[in-house]
Amino acid sequence: MSIDKALAKTRGGFLSRLFGRGDEKLTAEWLDGLEEALVRADVSVSLVDPLMAQLRDLFVTGELKTIPKALTAVRETLVAALAGDLRLAGEGKRPRVILVVGVNGSGKTTTAAKLAKRLKDAGERPLLAGADTFRAAAIEQLERWAERVEVPIVSGKPEGDPAAVVFDAVNAAAARGNTTVIADTAGRLHTKGQLMDELGKIVRVAGRAREGAPDEVLLVLDGTAGQNAIQQARQFTATAAVTGLVVTKLDGTAKGGAVFAIVQELGLPVKLLGVGEKADDLVPMDPLAFVNALLPDAA
Amino acid sequence: MFEQLSDRLATTFERLRGRARVTEADLDEALRDVRVALLEADVNLKVVRQLIATVRERALGERVLESITGAQQVVKIVHDAIVEMLGGTATPLARADRPPTVIVLAGLQGSGKTTTAAKLANLLRKQGRHPLLVAADVHRPAAIDQLTTLGKQLGVPVRAVRADRVAADVATITGAAAAEGSDTVIVDTAGRLHIDEGMMNEIADVVAAAKPHEVLLVVDAMAGQDAVDSASAFNARLALSGLVLAKADGDARGGASLSVRAVTGVPVKLIGTGERLDALEVFHPDRLAQRILGMGDILTLVERAQEHLDEKTAQEQARKLMDAQFTLDDFYAQLQQVKKMGPLGDLLKMVPGMGGIAKQLPEGPEAERELRKIEAIISSMTKGERADPSLINGPRRRRIAAGSGTTVSDVNQLLKQFADMKKLMKQFGTMAKSGRLPRLPGMPRV
Repeated sequence: MSIDKALAKTRGGFLSRLFGRGDEKLTAEWLDGLEEALVRADVSVSLVDPLMAQLRDLFVTGELKTIPKALTAVRETLVAALAGDLRLAGEGKRPRVILVVGVNGSGKTTTAAKLAKRLKDAGERPLLAGADTFRAAAIEQLERWAERVEVPIVSGKPEGDPAAVVFDAVNAAAARGNTTVIADTAGRLHTKGQLMDELGKIVRVAGRAREGAPDEVLLVLDGTAGQNAIQQARQFTATAAVTGLVVTKLDGTAKGGAVFAIVQELGLPVKLLGVGEKADDLVPMDPLAFVNALLPDAA
Repeated sequence: MFEQLSDRLATTFERLRGRARVTEADLDEALRDVRVALLEADVNLKVVRQLIATVRERALGERVLESITGAQQVVKIVHDAIVEMLGGTATPLARADRPPTVIVLAGLQGSGKTTTAAKLANLLRKQGRHPLLVAADVHRPAAIDQLTTLGKQLGVPVRAVRADRVAADVATITGAAAAEGSDTVIVDTAGRLHIDEGMMNEIADVVAAAKPHEVLLVVDAMAGQDAVDSASAFNARLALSGLVLAKADGDARGGASLSVRAVTGVPVKLIGTGERLDALEVFHPDRLAQRILGMGDILTLVERAQEHLDEKTAQEQARKLMDAQFTLDDFYAQLQQVKKMGPLGDLLKMVPGMGGIAKQLPEGPEAERELRKIEAIISSMTKGERADPSLINGPRRRRIAAGSGTTVSDVNQLLKQFADMKKLMKQFGTMAKSGRLPRLPGMPRV
């Protein structure tokens, strides 16, 4: 599914509204609707409140008069927040090492597999590492995916040491000439000290397998998650030095607006978006499409 | 980030109290804090508006503004309004007159259905029932393997359906369950998006075939505003009978579940509180209200203590404490017991009024790390040292620090804290014996 199609699902006639009624007058009600759309997209109140206060000030002083101007202002602010270098780091490193981390059920395994497919299609030789040795059948799940996307996999034993799996995978990649190792790790709630320590160990051991690794630690956030996503990002960043975010499950009606607070507070870029269940449904972040999807339906 | 609502309101009311007359506008200012707190807890915007309107009306009716304890009163009104929305008391799971009772689990991808299915089987088995798990997720790779593995761990039978005959196989398995000795059938279905017509048709067929007594929607405690829309769609299609709040062992406030209950009228029946297969509990609405408001949850704390602490050991330790015979070994044993109850920060948050202290503690993993440091230090001592810390001289301190991967000052700090604690306890002991220590009212007996 294309990102526009996926994100447009509930957008309705956003573009036609935008271009069709170019001089429509801004009203207090429309601003209320905008606020509602942002809050309902899970954008934090701590960001929505000051943004709306500014817009309302400009509206009252008469500096902001039309809906398109207001939308442009909001859109530019939000798009700017998401801009930056959105490429995956570590290009040219051999092997490049990417860890996929996150809380339970956010979509790590699926993301790891889709990312492998993506890199393979771009001419790389990726290797998957099944390091979720905790959840029952998680390794089988990644193995099926590996088969499906035709990417080799190194997997651990159930209840084995996940750090050792990553270590082995990096060495295997170096020996076999794989360009990138993508390691799927077990889901863990960010509040569980022991599991977070285990993750810290995986990161350290990756660095022992190849100097400077991991090149990317991608935190997978469920697009349907609310404000807790911010707390997740804080804790995972403290333990595993997260370098970027992946927002998944955007093919539903959720918008993933919680990432704005994360981007603002932690400066972490959103690099990839999960927009469907198929192997191709992982796409690079497109800030404009992402922002347009969460702007209001109802004028 | 998640400032406590009560703290925040207290500040607002502090400002108001200085004035001669407090107006409705002042109350509205306070209610804006309530609004922000609820939205930060992921309560749905529509629900927030409704709640605020209710609270405002009641607050004016109760003349909260003239009261010195206005902040607490508002918190109480908010709390009560939330409990009402959550449905007051706990709602038990339905049970068929003629077995088997059939339970279908539904939900979005990754909400926690498969784990919940296994936990529910475990919970029912503990109650003397004979559950059968049906693996009907033919879409996610290895989902059937996952449930099969979990079933094996629990010793609960698992039957899988065929990919092209999901509904028909569910009907067959359910029909034969009673004859095969199962009184409860739990059907785990694939995760699906509420807007995916094909997948929603599939689960509607499964429900039609299974004729379930319960259709439970598994909702992620970390879900945001969209939870209401997805749950409403599931409810419209499947006529849900209950909700399961999964992954509530993190620090999410779980406001989405409140909203789902409020909007759909479907009660939350179960709550998942940890990774282990025994971490599924009956849901108590009043306790979630307190959690959403950051007010602590003393009832759950007491229950967990009862479940995990060994009463005899606790009494023995209490006696030793009073008699100042408490050793580092006892201290270590006590730490182990407390650890079984869950992460320290979570426990503190359940104690009313301790939320603030929990906030000052190092966050989550940090606190656990501190605890583990203490454990490591004590583990690195000899038996003799643990019984009599005065043996621990300079060289021994260095050895213990090296053995536990800490520093000598860490060891010193622990020993000093332990000595202080013993001294304090000795004083308590003497006072208790002389009858000068009153029994604390309302505290559970140790």
